[in-house]
This record gives sequence, structure tokens and C-alpha cells, in this order.
Amino acid sequence: MPWDRNQMAARAAQELQDGWYVNLGIGIPTLVSNYIPAGVNVTLQSENGMLGMGPFPFEGEEDADLINAGKQTITELPQTAYFDSATSFAMIRGGKIAMAILGAMEVSEDGDLANWMIPGKLVKGMGGAMDLVAGVGRVVVVMDHTNKAGESKVLRACTLPLTGKRVVNRIITNLGVLDVVPGGLKIVECADGVTEAELHAATEATIVG
Amino acid sequence: MQKTYPTAAAALEGLLSDGMLIASGGFGLCGIPELLIAAIRDSGVKGLTVASNNAGVDGFGLGQLLETRQVKKMISSYVGENAEFMRQYLSGELELEFNPQGTLAERMRAGGAGIPGFYTATGVGTVIAEGKDVKVFNGREYILETGIVADLAIVKAWKADPSGNLVFRKTARNFNVPAATCGKICVAEVEEIVPLGSLDPDMIHLPGIYVHRIVQGPHEKRIEQRTVRKKEAI
Repeated sequence: MPWDRNQMAARAAQELQDGWYVNLGIGIPTLVSNYIPAGVNVTLQSENGMLGMGPFPFEGEEDADLINAGKQTITELPQTAYFDSATSFAMIRGGKIAMAILGAMEVSEDGDLANWMIPGKLVKGMGGAMDLVAGVGRVVVVMDHTNKAGESKVLRACTLPLTGKRVVNRIITNLGVLDVVPGGLKIVECADGVTEAELHAATEATIVG
Repeated sequence: MQKTYPTAAAALEGLLSDGMLIASGGFGLCGIPELLIAAIRDSGVKGLTVASNNAGVDGFGLGQLLETRQVKKMISSYVGENAEFMRQYLSGELELEFNPQGTLAERMRAGGAGIPGFYTATGVGTVIAEGKDVKVFNGREYILETGIVADLAIVKAWKADPSGNLVFRKTARNFNVPAATCGKICVAEVEEIVPLGSLDPDMIHLPGIYVHRIVQGPHEKRIEQRTVRKKEAI
């Protein structure tokens, strides 16, 4: 059985190291915070201007002045700090954030990432994604391995407008984990019950030994 | 000189003109200058270019200026919450310049700080880099982005004193600080104007030198995505 959304998030949470400052994107990456391993203390950054992001508020305790980058109401923690957007992206561009975990539409074997635009169809914008992939220490993508039509999203080259060129370090999908290495992608592990042959078959990108 | 004004319309008196560039604070609907936006709508000024991270939602925030066709061009990083925006953009009625969020924030910060341009790695190898000067520093490519100096900045803060010193609350600070600094004139709307001396000078988020006019709420402060968790049964 391939991993479901929560299992992908749980696997991505294994990437976190104690003491890290981390930025989690919208969608499955947000779920990663539910699976942070015991003994690992990470501080979540929200690029709209907050370090130390807490869980969703209890009903009736929502605060219009306290939201995450997905515009959802959240809470603060004892270590929380607030700052403006220019300061927020200074710490992102300045390499202070150890890791970003984000979703993707396509990833290439060179580590190119496309996750912000489908020409003529979807015009939403890149938000902070281009700054994050250019600035943070390590970029991990979490996404389904194939699209709704069953076509691979792990490609030799991206077809959609890029968010960043040669920026992705690791890809976690419902089928397994791949690293971007010289010459292509290297299989790190397969999801439970998924064979290497199945992972190969679902991957358009070059897989190296 | 008196900085406090009785209404948003009064605070904007004499500052608006067709075709001007306005920088606005806010992220999503959090910390947006909702009173000033409504007053700009009511003024009827048109042909505006607005630099703002987002474009509001249909019927609230900057979405109101889109409905009335007062905006010619947006400079934003994310506009996904606004159906009217999408419709006007796809039909060619509205110009849109996408800026990466950090680049937009830094363009405002730089403009306000007297820095006409800066190099950033953000957007290298993407459509954002097209037509921009590329320079290599320590073996890595960076692109030249320019500072933004706006004709008018509109921002929302939590508290102000009569001298224009501002304090923000939680994540509502966001783009309000860089937007305020990049305006030739800055108008701030606040929830409360407190007496001189009642703000701790060590805790001022934006000094009054950047703020020319102030108006006090009330604010609706709409929540865009109300997400909650249930209290565990005891």
C-alpha cells in the first residue's frame, strides 16, 4: 500500500533535527507538525511574521491578528516572536531556516521545482515559495508521485514555470523517498508494500544506482 | 503639526490622484487598512497601481477597489483568494506583476531606506529573472531587483500615539512596516490612539517619522480561514 497523506507527513517529520528552525508549506507539509518525533524540538516559522507557531486555537479563541501563511487561525507558544515581512524574509534569504518542507506540482531530476502556476489555468502566485527554496538550508518536497491522470510528477525536466532551479534535496511521495544526486535521483526507500520496480515505473526521471 | 484625523476620508484629503502608486500593508485579510481602502473606494480615484502582498477577497479589503475598476495594476505575490481578480486578470482588464513575497517586502524596505536596488537569489532561473540584470557573487547568481517608493502608503496598526509612533499586534504587523516606510506619505489607521507617553519607547515597532496621518477605528478585522480544534472531553 502506498503511503497516505498522514503517513507521508509522518515520514517527512523524520527529516527534522533537534534545534532546527523550519518552515512548513500549505497542505500535507502542514500535517508534519503532528508527527514531530519525541525529543526533537523544532521551532516553526510562518513567513507572514512569526517564529514559534502553535496549534489551531480552541473554538471561540480565534484571533484575527494571529494567522499562519495559509491564512488559518493559529496560536502562539511561550517562545513565540513576531516580526514584519521584510525581517521574516531576511531570515529566510539569510539562510537561518534549516529546512523548508513544501508541496509541488512537478520536480525534476536536477532538483528543479514547479509549484506555483499553470499557465492559462491557475494564476495564484508564488507567495513565499521562491524565497524559501532560494534561501533555506535544505528543501524537502512532499507530494503524490503521480497526478490525477496517473502521469509521473517526478520528471526529467519540469514542464510548468519553475519556482526554483536546482533547489530540491529530497522528494517524499506516496510511493517512497528519493534524493537528488549527480546524474539523477537515488531511491532512499520505498513506501511499505511498494517495490523498487513500481517506484521506477511511476517515475519519468532518471534513477541512478 | 496635528497628525490625527477624525475619519479615514479626512486622513486621505488631498493625497489621492488618478494613476498613483499606493503601497498597502496586510497579509491576506490580517492587518489590512480596511478603513482607508473603503475611503479610497468612496473617493472614486482611479487608474491605481497597488503594491500589496494580496488583493483581498471579493467584497472586502482591496477586493473592493477591484470591483469598482479603480485598480489598473497590482504588484503582489499571491492572489488566489479573489475570483473577481482572476476574472479581470484573465480577461486582460487588470495588469498583474507577480513578485516573490520576500522580494516584494524587500523592495518596499529598500525603497524606504534609500536603496534603489539590491541583488537576490530569489527567482534565479525562473520567469521572475527574465530581463533582469544578473551578477555573480562568490560563485552564485543573483538578480537585480529595484526598491519601491510609493506615492502613498496605507497601513493598519494596533496602537498609535499622537506623534505617529506605532505598535502592531501579533502577525498583523506583516507588510505594514515595510509598506509604511516606502511611502512618500504614510497614513495609518489604528484601533486605538493612546496619549503621548503611554507607549514604552523601547517597544515602538515603527517610529512616528514614517507616519504622517493617523485615524482611529473601529475595525471589522475579518477572519479569512477560521480553523479550530475541539477541546478534549475531560
